[in-house]
Amino acid sequence: MAQGQMAPGIVAGRLSSDELAANFDDLHPAYAPHEAAVAADRCYFCYDAPCQTACPTEIDIPLFIRQIQTGHPEAAARTILEQNILGGMCARVCPTETLCEEACVREAAEGKPVEIGRLQRYATDTLMARGVHPFTRAAPSGKRVAVVGAGPAGLACAHRLAMLGHDVVIHEARPKAGGLNEFGIAAYKATGGFAGAEVDWLLKIGGITVEQGSALGQGLTLDALRADYDAVFLSIGLAGVNALRAAGEDKEGVRDAVDFIAELRQAGDLSALPVGRNVVVIGGGMTAIDAAVQSKLLGAENVTVAYRRSRAEMGASRFEQDLAASKGVRLMFNVMPVAVHGNRSAVEIELEYTTSAGGSVTGTGETVRLAADQVFKAIGQTLKGAPEGLELDGRKIRVDGSGRTSVPGVWAGGDCASGGEDLTVTAVAEGRDAAMDIHTQLSA
Amino acid sequence: MADLKTNFLGIESPNPFWLASAPPTDKEYNVRRAFEAGWGGVVWKTLGSEGPPVVNVNGPRYGAIYGADRRLLGLNNIELITDRPLETNLEEIARVKADYPDRAVIVSIMVPCEEAEWKSILPRVAETGADGIELNFGCPHGMSERGMGAAVGQVPEYIEMVTRWCKTYYDKPVIVKLTPNITDIRYPARAARNGGADAVSLINTISSITSVNLDNFSPEPSIDGKGSHGGYCGPAVKPIAMNMVAEIARDPETRGLPISGIGGVTTWRDAAEFMSLGCGTVQVCTAAMTYGFRVVEEMKSGLSQWMDEKGYSSVNDFVGRAVPNVTDWQYLNLNYVAKAKIDQDQCIKCGRCYAACEDTSHQAISMSEDRVFEVMDDECVACNLCVDVCPIDGCISMVAMQPGETDPRTGKVVQADYSNWTTHPNNPMARAAE
Ligand SMILES: Cc1cc2nc3c(=O)[nH]c(=O)nc-3n(C[C@H](O)[C@H](O)[C@H](O)COP(=O)(O)OP(=O)(O)OC[C@H]3O[C@@H](n4cnc5c(N)ncnc54)[C@H](O)[C@@H]3O)c2cc1C
Ligand SMILES: Cc1cc2nc3c(=O)[nH]c(=O)nc-3n(C[C@H](O)[C@H](O)[C@H](O)COP(=O)(O)O)c2cc1C
Ligand code: SF4
Ligand code: SF4
Ligand code: SF4
Repeated sequence: MAQGQMAPGIVAGRLSSDELAANFDDLHPAYAPHEAAVAADRCYFCYDAPCQTACPTEIDIPLFIRQIQTGHPEAAARTILEQNILGGMCARVCPTETLCEEACVREAAEGKPVEIGRLQRYATDTLMARGVHPFTRAAPSGKRVAVVGAGPAGLACAHRLAMLGHDVVIHEARPKAGGLNEFGIAAYKATGGFAGAEVDWLLKIGGITVEQGSALGQGLTLDALRADYDAVFLSIGLAGVNALRAAGEDKEGVRDAVDFIAELRQAGDLSALPVGRNVVVIGGGMTAIDAAVQSKLLGAENVTVAYRRSRAEMGASRFEQDLAASKGVRLMFNVMPVAVHGNRSAVEIELEYTTSAGGSVTGTGETVRLAADQVFKAIGQTLKGAPEGLELDGRKIRVDGSGRTSVPGVWAGGDCASGGEDLTVTAVAEGRDAAMDIHTQLSA
Repeated sequence: MADLKTNFLGIESPNPFWLASAPPTDKEYNVRRAFEAGWGGVVWKTLGSEGPPVVNVNGPRYGAIYGADRRLLGLNNIELITDRPLETNLEEIARVKADYPDRAVIVSIMVPCEEAEWKSILPRVAETGADGIELNFGCPHGMSERGMGAAVGQVPEYIEMVTRWCKTYYDKPVIVKLTPNITDIRYPARAARNGGADAVSLINTISSITSVNLDNFSPEPSIDGKGSHGGYCGPAVKPIAMNMVAEIARDPETRGLPISGIGGVTTWRDAAEFMSLGCGTVQVCTAAMTYGFRVVEEMKSGLSQWMDEKGYSSVNDFVGRAVPNVTDWQYLNLNYVAKAKIDQDQCIKCGRCYAACEDTSHQAISMSEDRVFEVMDDECVACNLCVDVCPIDGCISMVAMQPGETDPRTGKVVQADYSNWTTHPNNPMARAAE
């Protein structure tokens, strides 16, 4: 029997397995062929298409949609994958409402863009369902490249290098490849074990070895990598988390949202995953929204996102905000945590109202208390474990336009590197572009 | 509500919407339901001679062309004339006509090109009390291989001869249905008139292959791996049909000959267009086959609303109104100069106009860094391609230049008077303007 939403504390099994299965189903279900044909027909095949410009990997969107329209989704997939080897995952997780679909001329015309993301998924799913890998490797170059971190940036870089004939070894600290695709993305965005299946499919190109449990900084050094390989690409993401700096942060029930999400993504049985009755998520980005929505979907009674700035300043898109609201998550703006109350475990959180005009956040002195047996910190991830000797740009590894770091022979991309938004698609673009630059250097 | 009452050749019907001779009118059951749904008249599915009826294929007889969302744009068929006994059809026609005296009931006929054949069937048709006959000289498949249908319609002498027989052996109106599978529609129309036809109806279907199966290389519809050309109809054929109607309406030899317009009529607007080109009624087949009989509701309400808006009290007020405006190219006014103009407020910046004009026309549209598209009047020849490819209705318009203005493309001042090719200096045949 399910525990129900009202059960106090942090408990597992609030909902029945059926309810959980329905809750964590595909956010945007796959198109049936006829739906895809109708959706594809809406595309105007724009000249110098704004959607393509808005895509960080610059997929030829009008072309791939036309290929769907003419009955060749596999060819469409090839068009996509040539630019973005993780086009399948990006189709699921890209915030299209702030990327291609925001730029689509039909968004301007009628507020209803061509559903580029779903069409992309239709194409890539069709191709991947055939189980074949569409690309082959160039003649062996005899060069070896080390990639550190098997997230989207590392995988995209490795794939492109392998395609160009180089041999790649990916050193990955975790026991599974995929990075945040596997451990971070909301469960309802990549259902059915897609992240893992996509990695397996990607590796079919050949020439890529993934060494799991091999962490830079733990036995493995950059100097050693530079000595052993012809080039090194760092794509270690942001493994650290920011501290809350509120009293009572150490109480039981307070934890990092990313850890909770990782646990959720790896849970074989969601009904065994505990969640609070009253959940408060601190933060305003995608992580905060995902933690809140998934808490709600697990059966928490009250879930609140507490963000210290205004709605307009929120990192999560309006679509994400509305998604959360539609699931029953309460969004609070201009509140910041001052203390977590309770004996050993969290019981309440105290928030102070703020003004956030002009960038800086100032408390107004007025506070409010919310019941909170579980508090998730989603106030940003930070670079952790970057090797010594690399120049930083703010809190990230400094890179130039082609991904070169300050150290010769070392490139970096994805969340750990400067430039671009912290998105899967950006990581793919940076990994791919670094690979092209590495290739140019190795071929010189 | 405007009155849609129609009098065509003395045959009255409550509205100008008739069902064309085809499956919708193949039997009593259909026709009764069509009349209940509000159709003004029917042309009964074509009857053949006495004796064993024709047989149809037992596999698919239709092929199709689709637009977005499988909207049926064109249909093709390899069906023959009625495959039911003559006697059955005649009995049914008589019963239906008796029950629906206010509706037009026309009987379509196709028998071999022999006087005796026509002489024997016509009195039997007359007995049914039907209002008139339509001679099917149009069917492009099957029957034409047996010397009937389009095989007759393609030879003006035969049309004239058979029409004359019909006028001899039948008292009521004779409509000759024309095939479009011919180079110049005026010749068969003239032949029909010379034979004494009371009216022509057109078009019948157009010989066509709708698609080819790329696995087994059979044309569709495929009968056991083989296909035969079929007759094309539906929205796709409307422009072809309207041109043929207009040619007949404005030909000095056939001018004034009543016309029943057929070919792709799907909405009230299609009907109004056909009628403005001189058709006293329209006939519909594919639209009914696609949507069912109740589409006529929209056709009736739409036509009468438009007539109310225009202040027309009877269909006669607008039948033929467009005919005087159909002319030959050589008489078009070469002093008329227009320029495309893009309404920036409506433009959604898709760039289709740019691609079209830049790649395939006159390089007359500029595109700025921030995707502002503008027409360069000094290059624009007013071809209209940008208007046609723009996804936003009304975003690009063709604006006429006023007399006295200088066309920046040619440097010439726009003239107020009318001038055409016949007097143009570049025309070697130009008649000196006296
Ligand atoms: C909760 C959450 C939800 C998100 N949702 C979305 C979304 O919906 N859409 C979207 O576009 N983006 C989303 N993002 C952002 C997106 O996941 C990241 O931008 C993207 O994964 C970055 O890719 P990456 O390859 O740079 O890093 P990561 O995906 O973080 O991969 C880094 C990899 O490096 C490994 N690693 C780290 N340190 C070491 C080391 N020292 N040695 C060896 N290996 C190491 C890690 O284990 C990991 O496998 C989300 C992020 C989070 C946290
Ligand atoms: C299946 C089918 C059968 C037809 N059979 C006949 C026929 O027996 N006699 C005839 O004169 N026209 C026949 N036609 C032609 C139609 O009467 C009509 O001329 C043609 O379909 C064009 O009109 P539409 O575009 O409204 O369909 C047939 C058309 C179809 C689709
Ligand atoms: S902007 Fe929209 S309509 Fe234009 S090509 Fe891209 S998806 Fe198609
Ligand atoms: S009317 Fe023709 S020439 Fe003029 S801008 Fe449009 S496409 Fe170009
Ligand atoms: S085709 Fe129409 S909407 Fe598109 S850019 Fe040109 S004017 Fe604008």
